[in-house]
Amino acid sequence: MRADAERNTRLAEANSPSSEVLRLPESEPLRLACDQLLAPISIAYQTYGTLNAAKSNAVLICHALTGDQYVASEHPVTKKPGWWETLVGPGKPIDTNRFFVICPNILGGCMGSTGPASIDPKSGKPYGLNFPVITISDMVNAQVRLIDHLGIEQLFCVVGGSMGGMQVLEWAASHTDRVFCAVPIATAAWHSSQNIAFHEVGRQAVMADPEWCGGDYHSFGKVPRNGLAVARMAAHITYLSEEALHSKFGRNLQGCSELTFSFNADFQVESYLRHQGSTFVDRFDANSYLYITRAMDYFDLGAEHGDVLANAFRGTKTRYCVVSFTSDWLYPTRESREIVQALNAVAANVSFVEIESNNGHDSFLLEEPEFFATIRGFLNAAGVKRGLTV
Amino acid sequence: MLKIENPPHGPHRVDHLLIAEMVEPGSRVLDVGCGDGALLQLLAETKATDGRGVELSRDRVNACVTRGLSVIQGDADRDLADYPDQAFDYAILSLTIQATRYPKTVLENLLRIGRHAIVSFPNFGHWRIRMELLLTGRMPQTQNLPEPWYTSPDAHLCTIKDFADLVALVDAQVEEAVAFNTSGRRLPIRRSISLQNLFGEKAVFLLRKRYGA
Repeated sequence: MRADAERNTRLAEANSPSSEVLRLPESEPLRLACDQLLAPISIAYQTYGTLNAAKSNAVLICHALTGDQYVASEHPVTKKPGWWETLVGPGKPIDTNRFFVICPNILGGCMGSTGPASIDPKSGKPYGLNFPVITISDMVNAQVRLIDHLGIEQLFCVVGGSMGGMQVLEWAASHTDRVFCAVPIATAAWHSSQNIAFHEVGRQAVMADPEWCGGDYHSFGKVPRNGLAVARMAAHITYLSEEALHSKFGRNLQGCSELTFSFNADFQVESYLRHQGSTFVDRFDANSYLYITRAMDYFDLGAEHGDVLANAFRGTKTRYCVVSFTSDWLYPTRESREIVQALNAVAANVSFVEIESNNGHDSFLLEEPEFFATIRGFLNAAGVKRGLTV
Repeated sequence: MLKIENPPHGPHRVDHLLIAEMVEPGSRVLDVGCGDGALLQLLAETKATDGRGVELSRDRVNACVTRGLSVIQGDADRDLADYPDQAFDYAILSLTIQATRYPKTVLENLLRIGRHAIVSFPNFGHWRIRMELLLTGRMPQTQNLPEPWYTSPDAHLCTIKDFADLVALVDAQVEEAVAFNTSGRRLPIRRSISLQNLFGEKAVFLLRKRYGA
């Protein structure tokens, strides 16, 4: 029953979200990387703080694979606090007393921006697999429309982790004049073979679920719960680290004092992953998961620029702060360093810090004091250069 | 003695003040081995430079970025190759060359990346070091070189004369060279390199690639 209610809320959020929405009419289509035109388009977004008169204090936050626009406010489905509420807010490193923070749901998402769960006006049904395959640059081009709509010539900062970091890089590479400073966190300029492999496991889990119905589960009133939950469980392991898992769970048992000689979730770590899987299904659309993971797999900024990543940044005036985490094996420091090398090759203004943390890829979502101090320091210094009052 | 007499946020290292005198206002500088960013900050405040730093220690890098300096975690031996030719007006190496693995390559990279290179280093030819080696027969430990040989990061110590030889070897020319003693008094090196090599505790060289080289 609770699951049904959440499913209904989720479907409602996909088409008429609680947040603000920019609706671009049929006459303003988006040309996608696959060469299709997509229209009409909705971009759901949240804002925090106030845009100053000069429109020079806007910070765009790009969310990751399973994130959404509720970066610093309660999630309408889960009722949980914003996913980056420790970093974004009044007096926080991304200080909403100083900055006007914009966080849109990505194109292909399921929280109100146009995606596979949105109603296709041609059929009156959710797009499902009729939704075109989109890319990171398509997501960014949709965000450009939003920034145009808000009348902002140049964003003070574009910031994001993981897939959000890919969008940051895409923004800086394709729209450098519109980005004063950029903070790509725990990310890479191209998706590695290992990461594509993990995504493929997740997608196959979804598609192997009979309830997926060839992608048309909405029509049958079904949800590929098991498939999506397994995809999330597998992915969740990649967001942590061996050390974090061990210190959090070890071999501790859950709900039993000794081994049950069954396939119940004897171990705490099993029960934790099952919980992660089932709560994810309540708030996320399975097809969105397929499309967004695909967009990440397709991301290769260097390949778009003659196989020379530095070419992507040639002539850039943007100030960069690249951040990685020691225990992140999904987007290891090596891949951040590659971005830094490319930026150095064009003598860009770049800072690069590697933060010591045991929490794996997920570190970027956690309150790591050194990480927060870096973001605060970098934004303060960039703010002075931009002429923003402290 | 020094032209920058009352710099903000003192006290400053003497070699930093000497380097700051050599740098033209408003120029682009790369400080390799920038430590806690003291020189970058001094240059920004006294010469309005556009500065970048490279530093090996993660803690120091993070401290620099938190202070608003543009610094990357990197290694002079490995990462200078990434920078394009003549990307900076000055490529600076302050009290770092002796800790690099390949000083010659590092110096060549500095001269390639910067229109000028500025290098400061402790002078192993100083009389006190010579005395200590002569009298004790052991690797000298001084105020400048406090660590015993087995923990010292200084793998490639040299004298002022040695450094001058390396400068010639890499086809660079000395635009200015200053040696100074413990109290920070500068000794104009051209008077006699042998005397400076004996009495200078540290030296700062402003270099550029020889034309046509």
